[in-house]
Amino acid sequence: MGLLDAKFENSNIIITSMDSLLNWARLSSIWGMQFGLACCAIEMMATGASHYDLDRFGTFFRGTPRQSDVMIVAGTVTLKMAERIKVLYDQMSEPRYVISMGSCSNCGGPYWEHGYHVLKGVDRIIPVDVFVPGCPPRPEALMEGLIKLQEKIRHESLAKRKSA
Amino acid sequence: MIPQEIHSALQQKFPDAVLDAKLDGVIDPFIKIVPHRIKDIALFLRDDERMLFDSLMCLSGIDYTGGKLGVVYHLNSTKWNHKIVLKAEVTADNAHCQSVEAVWKTANWHEREAFDMYGVVFDGHPDLRRILMPDDWDGYPLRKDYQVPEYYHGMKVPY
Amino acid sequence: MHETVKTVEEVSRRPVTVPGFGRPLMNHEMVVNMGPQHPSTHGVLRLELIVDGEIVVDVIPHIGYLHRCFEKHCEHMANYQQVIPYADRIDYVAAMSNEFGYVVAMEKLLKIKVPERVEYIRVIMAELSRIVSHLIAIGTYGMDIGAFTPFLYCMRDREHVLDVFEETCGARLLYNYMWVGGLSHDVTPNFSEKVKKFCKYFRPNIKELNDLLSYNKIFIKRTANVGVLPGDVAINYGVSGPILRGSGVKWDLRKNDSYSVYDKLDFEIPVGKGLKGTVGDCWDRYMVRVHEMEQSVNIMEQAIDRLPAGEVQSAIPKRIRPEAAEVYVRTETPKGDLGFYIVSDGTASPFRIKVRPPCFVNLSALPAMCRGAMIADVVAILGSIDIVLGEVDR
Repeated sequence: MGLLDAKFENSNIIITSMDSLLNWARLSSIWGMQFGLACCAIEMMATGASHYDLDRFGTFFRGTPRQSDVMIVAGTVTLKMAERIKVLYDQMSEPRYVISMGSCSNCGGPYWEHGYHVLKGVDRIIPVDVFVPGCPPRPEALMEGLIKLQEKIRHESLAKRKSA
Repeated sequence: MIPQEIHSALQQKFPDAVLDAKLDGVIDPFIKIVPHRIKDIALFLRDDERMLFDSLMCLSGIDYTGGKLGVVYHLNSTKWNHKIVLKAEVTADNAHCQSVEAVWKTANWHEREAFDMYGVVFDGHPDLRRILMPDDWDGYPLRKDYQVPEYYHGMKVPY
Repeated sequence: MHETVKTVEEVSRRPVTVPGFGRPLMNHEMVVNMGPQHPSTHGVLRLELIVDGEIVVDVIPHIGYLHRCFEKHCEHMANYQQVIPYADRIDYVAAMSNEFGYVVAMEKLLKIKVPERVEYIRVIMAELSRIVSHLIAIGTYGMDIGAFTPFLYCMRDREHVLDVFEETCGARLLYNYMWVGGLSHDVTPNFSEKVKKFCKYFRPNIKELNDLLSYNKIFIKRTANVGVLPGDVAINYGVSGPILRGSGVKWDLRKNDSYSVYDKLDFEIPVGKGLKGTVGDCWDRYMVRVHEMEQSVNIMEQAIDRLPAGEVQSAIPKRIRPEAAEVYVRTETPKGDLGFYIVSDGTASPFRIKVRPPCFVNLSALPAMCRGAMIADVVAILGSIDIVLGEVDR
């Protein structure tokens, strides 16, 4: 609350740019969609639990894509699931972001060579904003991925629209 | 009962269905049987007082290369605590085997998986369709001569 | 079992059939989809519920959304040790148990005897893995029923176990620790102390969990008498693990088909007794898991006292080239009987490795438990089976 206190000296007026205000609001409350696929989902749950706590970033998990800002694709994406992921991504309302967590959703992971049913990277079907490497990534790595996403949102601008 | 006794009891009851067996010198003794009599043999093994094989531990498909597929049954008795392995061999272009779903309900999903991965058709199965792969997938993935498709629904499959 | 189609149905419209359901749907029945993305399905599982109002007529599970081609990868590996990271990822919640199952099967195939120290460390790791798996099962089960707090308590306790794992082999979730013939690293000098400290810390927490969740009136109302599975039906369906024991059948592979050094350790097998409802209901299955955690602590305390000195890598073979043979070995993982059927053709590369996963078979018994229950009960029953989709689909 320091930002607001500092400006409220004489009058209740803050002067800022629309971009900064909107970006600050969006990055401080990124609601994620509960979308764990495989092993990375367990690490995502551990990150959300009390030891590593995602709630202090303003993130908590929503059950439905219609109410979430970010989809953390945690785990291996198979061909059977890929179509459903596309449907879920289409159901999210803008602004929407995707964090690809773990090597399986980055590039196919350990299953890249002989996986006939594994999609080699979720960026083949949806646009990804942040890639978090690891198998599985440590909770600290996922938090860094989230912070990087926050940095990305901080530099967005209403004038330049993000292409869907 | 030791495997030799199980083998001789099976040979007595089903002389034309039991092919051969390897009971010594192997870690898990096995008995080879014809694929189109496996259900009668399974019923006998489950219900006979001396055998009581009430649990099918595992049903696996296997590709022996050279156009031969096989189905391997691992049986166990929770009462007498003995085990036996049954093997049935089929050819790749006429892969038919009797279903044992009516004997052990667990075989339902195992046989669906063997059908999905190897293409072995289990006659008498109530609902034989693919279980792991999508319904419109072409081919049987775990066969040794399987070629991975280039594209599936517009998505590139190989790396 | 299959009813004939009534004439009203025939006259009014085309019959609706659902693959996997034995007859066309009647007018008052409808299909509700619990799709692959759902907060309560513990992963990517699709359940097609055929309901008559609120009562479930049948459940048709659709799996395969996480099929990662484990068996195909095994056939292409250059040697048998390379399979172990893939074996980890089958049941990613309790990865040590999968490795244990695989290395026990390989050592039976190769006829290797590992040092005592390796056996005891493996048992301790497997029991820690059992505690981790049951904590997640209990935590997420509470969350499904509606209680969020036990989940956070379980995750807090789980972090202590993950500290032990991280100190030993560097990884929190997927370890590549147990190798064929031994272990990848020896344990650190303060391992005994850490495990004893954890055992002492964890025992009162089980009591706290019981006070919080197990004997909670609402929890009992939602889980007792729900999803009853009789013992003989369970055996016919091939069900194993806490579900089989919850149905009253005293069957645990650590005692009935013993492997490693479990026959030298003293512990009990908890069995469901129907204390709050019927034998074989969800509450029984859940309580079996809680009691198993206590027994795991007992096992670990005995094993850590008896841990002998020695080498952990002396029996690891330099090249693994088994003769042309096959073996089927099953071990008791937190989910049930995990079986590995390994076929070798005499070369260094595996010919066929088939995994018989406990969750795959346990899930096939779901329709039998859900018929006649309500939609909300399906969530409770599914949680009590404790499935991990990585194991169901491999």
